[in-house]
Amino acid sequence: MAKTKKGEPRPANAAAPQNGAPADGDDAALNRELLRSMLLQRRFEERCAEAYAIGKIGGFCHLYIGQEAVSTGSLSLLRDDDYVITTYRDHGQALARGITPRAVMAELFGRIDGCARGKGGSMHMFDRNTNFLGGHGIVGGHVPIAAGVGFAIKYRGGDQVIICFMGESVVNTGAFHEALNMAGLWKLPCVFLIENNRYGMGTALERASAIHDIHERGAAYNMHRDFCDGQDVFAVRKTVGEAIDRARREQQPTLIDVRTYRFMGHSMSDAVSGTYRSKAELDEYLKRDPIALLRAHMQDAGQITDDEVHALDEEIKGIVQDSWDFADASPEPPLEALYEDVYVDTTS
Amino acid sequence: MPVITYRDALNQALREELQRDDRVFLMGEEVAVYNGAYKVSKGLLQEFGEMRVVDTPITELGFAGVGVGAAMVGLRPVIEFMTWNFALLAIDQVVNAAAKMLYMSGGQYPMPIVFRGPNGAALQLSAQHSTAWESWLAHIPGLKVVAPGTPYDAKGLLKAAIRDDNPVCFLEGEMLYNTKGEVPEEEYVIPLGKADLKREGDHATIVTWGKMALVAVQAADQLAKEGIRVDVVDLRTVRPVDTEAVYASVRKTNRCVVLEEGWEHSGVGAQVVDYVQRECFDHLDAPVLRVHQADVPMPYAKQLEKAAKPDVPKTIAAIKRVMYLD
Ligand SMILES: Cc1ncc(C[n+]2csc(CCOP(=O)(O)OP(=O)(O)O)c2C)c(N)n1
Repeated sequence: MAKTKKGEPRPANAAAPQNGAPADGDDAALNRELLRSMLLQRRFEERCAEAYAIGKIGGFCHLYIGQEAVSTGSLSLLRDDDYVITTYRDHGQALARGITPRAVMAELFGRIDGCARGKGGSMHMFDRNTNFLGGHGIVGGHVPIAAGVGFAIKYRGGDQVIICFMGESVVNTGAFHEALNMAGLWKLPCVFLIENNRYGMGTALERASAIHDIHERGAAYNMHRDFCDGQDVFAVRKTVGEAIDRARREQQPTLIDVRTYRFMGHSMSDAVSGTYRSKAELDEYLKRDPIALLRAHMQDAGQITDDEVHALDEEIKGIVQDSWDFADASPEPPLEALYEDVYVDTTS
Repeated sequence: MPVITYRDALNQALREELQRDDRVFLMGEEVAVYNGAYKVSKGLLQEFGEMRVVDTPITELGFAGVGVGAAMVGLRPVIEFMTWNFALLAIDQVVNAAAKMLYMSGGQYPMPIVFRGPNGAALQLSAQHSTAWESWLAHIPGLKVVAPGTPYDAKGLLKAAIRDDNPVCFLEGEMLYNTKGEVPEEEYVIPLGKADLKREGDHATIVTWGKMALVAVQAADQLAKEGIRVDVVDLRTVRPVDTEAVYASVRKTNRCVVLEEGWEHSGVGAQVVDYVQRECFDHLDAPVLRVHQADVPMPYAKQLEKAAKPDVPKTIAAIKRVMYLD
């Protein structure tokens, strides 16, 4: 694994070169937590694919495999009272933020114990306990909402921040530009984090955006901007960490282009490769599997043994199996639930 | 009782609710320094400061979304659209975000937000500035849609809308802002979803809401001179509809005209007719008729505009037809 750590140079939007092991990877206990978080997402998503194939999960289902360093790296830096909002590709962030695998799997199965009581499904994970403000299905639509959360933080004089995840296609929507303008204008404590996996469905970034270094769009809104290698969890932590500090201490927003890759199709109905991207390209990126990179780093640094990796993996597989069993046993929402949650009957 | 304008009634409601709850803020284009495009927010910036009365860029989608986000985490935004015509740029936030958030989150995120602004036609503003949007909004489960026609209703309903924990679309009228009416000095709140009988009579019923409540009342007063007495049921809220008030009136008069400002096709009026045919079928002595805007974009030329708009003569004609007087 160590041999492939550097990976191949990336086209058009190549991240800063990674020279050897990340410098800030010395904390063995932390690294173990990061590995655990990323591995949980990987094993969870693998089982989702299986559950989808046999019809236990329905609708649209967008897997997160390949992007785990982005969710784990960034969310490992947040406080409990901070906020998270994201797109429909939301299982990874939900788990990394600490929604239980049981609640996420039950949501996917459309069951009453799901984190949205079975009413949201794959694209709409919500959890008040962890300030997880959703999974949103309209490309770009959640970015102004993130600005609104930033506005509310500022309104109350708080020092929380919000991380707003989005795919790179979002930068071409009007909602993105309107939101970033206000965030820049009003100095809102938002981290706008682009998970740049190079494709919006089948459309490559270069075929959709007039500029390819998309973090530069932040310049139009007088906003700090940065980019990093999204396969390297330490690089993500460093770059996003700076943005979080800036948001928390100075109430300054940041736009970050986190360069990653999805190892699966856009959704369960999309082939992994062969139409808009080649098998050869995919294979190149697979060499920079974020979990393999972290594991190799930890092994090189003597922070974990093969046996420990194996044991951790087995433990996580057990957790995911438990989530599956739990979801399977959880009832469907009763028919009375159909008309619940349309309105609340409270006033204030 | 003091007589004040519809504009001042709204201004009072905003001021009182801003005073009452510091989670309430007003946001929109020109609401602060300019005192509002229609001066509804006059003086509020001076009283409450720029964090609570917030001027935005021209960015409807953006600031509607800001409102949604702020509401998600516990604030109570009042989002002003300069007119509802411009709210179309923000419709994704109103419909896909605000209206659906509670449901898709399994009940975790209520949405205490008001979207408000003038709706429908003024005078000679032609195609893009004259549309009545309530039928679009009333279609959506999760929204409440309010359209007051008098200063008294405007104040009491806006206060209720701001206190409601659901998203409320509040439709005012450019032509209503200068109209006057009695508004008590003591505080009052009008519950959403309750109709008001603006005129009483036993010959026929007019069901209406918003600006058309004025037209209906004028029609009723003219008809009274001819000895025709009509009920004017002002719904005031078009989602939810106070169906009981409609049924009670139609069961009494046996004849019904539904008057609305917007277009005929798929209008709220069609929904009211459906309620009536289902629940009052045996009481009807004539088909229910509708008065509405002509099925065309609003023209500019005076004569054409007049022909396109629902008005008092058209309403009177419809009443006479359901009474078989013509
Ligand atoms: C406004 C809107 N247009 C189109 C779609 C359909 N759609 C869903 S995902 C997607 C691609 C988005 O790509 P990107 O933002 O890069 O995120 P990724 O899926 O790669 O995570 C499209 C076109 C949508 N959901 N919303």
